[in-house]
Amino acid sequence: MRRYDTIVVGGGLVGAAVAYGLAREGESVAVLDEGDVAFRASRGNFGLVWVQSKGDGRPEYARWTRRSSDLWPGFAELLAEDTGIAPDYHKPGGLHFCFSEAEIEARRAMIHRMHNVHGPGGDGTRILDRKEVQDLVPSIGPDVLGASYSPHDGHASPLRLLRGLHAGLAKRTGAYFADHRVQRIEKDGGGFRVEAGGETFSGGKVVLAAGLGNRELGAQVGLDVPVRPLKGQILVTERTKPVLTMPTHVIRQTEEGTIMMGDSQEDAGFDTRSGTGVISAIAAHAVRTLPWLATVRVVRSWAALRVMTPDGYPLYEQSESHPGAFTVNCHSGVTLAGAHAQALAPMIALGALGEELSAFTSGRFDVRAN
Amino acid sequence: MFERTDAGAGGQVGFFFEGSRVEARAGDTVAAAILAHGERSVRTTPASGAPRGPFCFMGTCFECLVEIDGVPNRQACMVVVAEGMDVRRQEGAREATP
Repeated sequence: MRRYDTIVVGGGLVGAAVAYGLAREGESVAVLDEGDVAFRASRGNFGLVWVQSKGDGRPEYARWTRRSSDLWPGFAELLAEDTGIAPDYHKPGGLHFCFSEAEIEARRAMIHRMHNVHGPGGDGTRILDRKEVQDLVPSIGPDVLGASYSPHDGHASPLRLLRGLHAGLAKRTGAYFADHRVQRIEKDGGGFRVEAGGETFSGGKVVLAAGLGNRELGAQVGLDVPVRPLKGQILVTERTKPVLTMPTHVIRQTEEGTIMMGDSQEDAGFDTRSGTGVISAIAAHAVRTLPWLATVRVVRSWAALRVMTPDGYPLYEQSESHPGAFTVNCHSGVTLAGAHAQALAPMIALGALGEELSAFTSGRFDVRAN
Repeated sequence: MFERTDAGAGGQVGFFFEGSRVEARAGDTVAAAILAHGERSVRTTPASGAPRGPFCFMGTCFECLVEIDGVPNRQACMVVVAEGMDVRRQEGAREATP
């Protein structure tokens, strides 16, 4: 039987970031990955490192997201130095375009509500009028009335990030096992015995980072993980010369020059097909925002499933009945990668989640009788 | 290089490649006509600037991208040459805005 300090279940962005962080703490780590039959949210990701609007109504989430955004520049540099694979991270700030006075007022109200969350510095999000937006993105359409702008927003290549994390893991004490769907997790003395891919693994700790698979796996170690799929579709154009200097929450230009459009949200179960209805709506909105996009050809489209908790905020928890078993769930594998690798992983290595994560346990979903 | 095996068949059409008139056979794709004309490269890549030319001839590899009548990034192997067509090399990525 192979023995590891920690067994991470799931090799997507969440699992790989935690595993990389644990390996950097000096742990021996095994990553057990289901294989290409899995839903692979990390391969369908849009690639934003997004802060504005995150955590309206949940200050702990706003702070955690901001912490990850603050960690990202150093994290990206570290990954590039460590592995030679840069995740193409840029932090030029980000824009959320508004098309009506009502939308601008709603953004203004949100900024006001979140004003005090980030302490004396504030979170820096502000409303720009049309003229100010035009200075940043000269080619906006006539319907764009304004935007909210945050200097903490940015974007990265999800695929390069994933490759970098796996390369960094392989370079250290990490072992990656593809096609190892986890069948069973059991207590084994002070640790865990995990059956996967016809083999048995032994670990002092186990981290469930299997996306939508966490629901079933959590039940085996006394963790309630009520995650469900929320489908998103994305369109990608041919490459063009650099034109967008910063991402918006629905349109961004990648390092290679393709323009991505997305952010649909559909409750469609486990269906991952892309469909013309949503594709047309995404394209129409993009063309309304940036009219010249009508002349740029779309070359690919896909759908993927977000991993959603009932309230949309992350779920981090250590099992009470199975101490040493942790679960990590979120729909922002790119945004939170910095925090997962450099803040969450060190906590798991020490065996306890920090106070700042106490708001993210599943207890918040319990219905209270009185 | 490429040589036609039955040079007699088909009528002639003329198009422009990089501004110079090129004779092709009616029914040729733009990619075939350019190769028959003796050119091997039709574009440079957006990533490294390396030269590229027609490869798969069936619309899959996207190596034969050219600008045709002002429209960038067209697949030369998927377009039949027409009289007077204006074909230009696709140098790197296209411009986004017109």
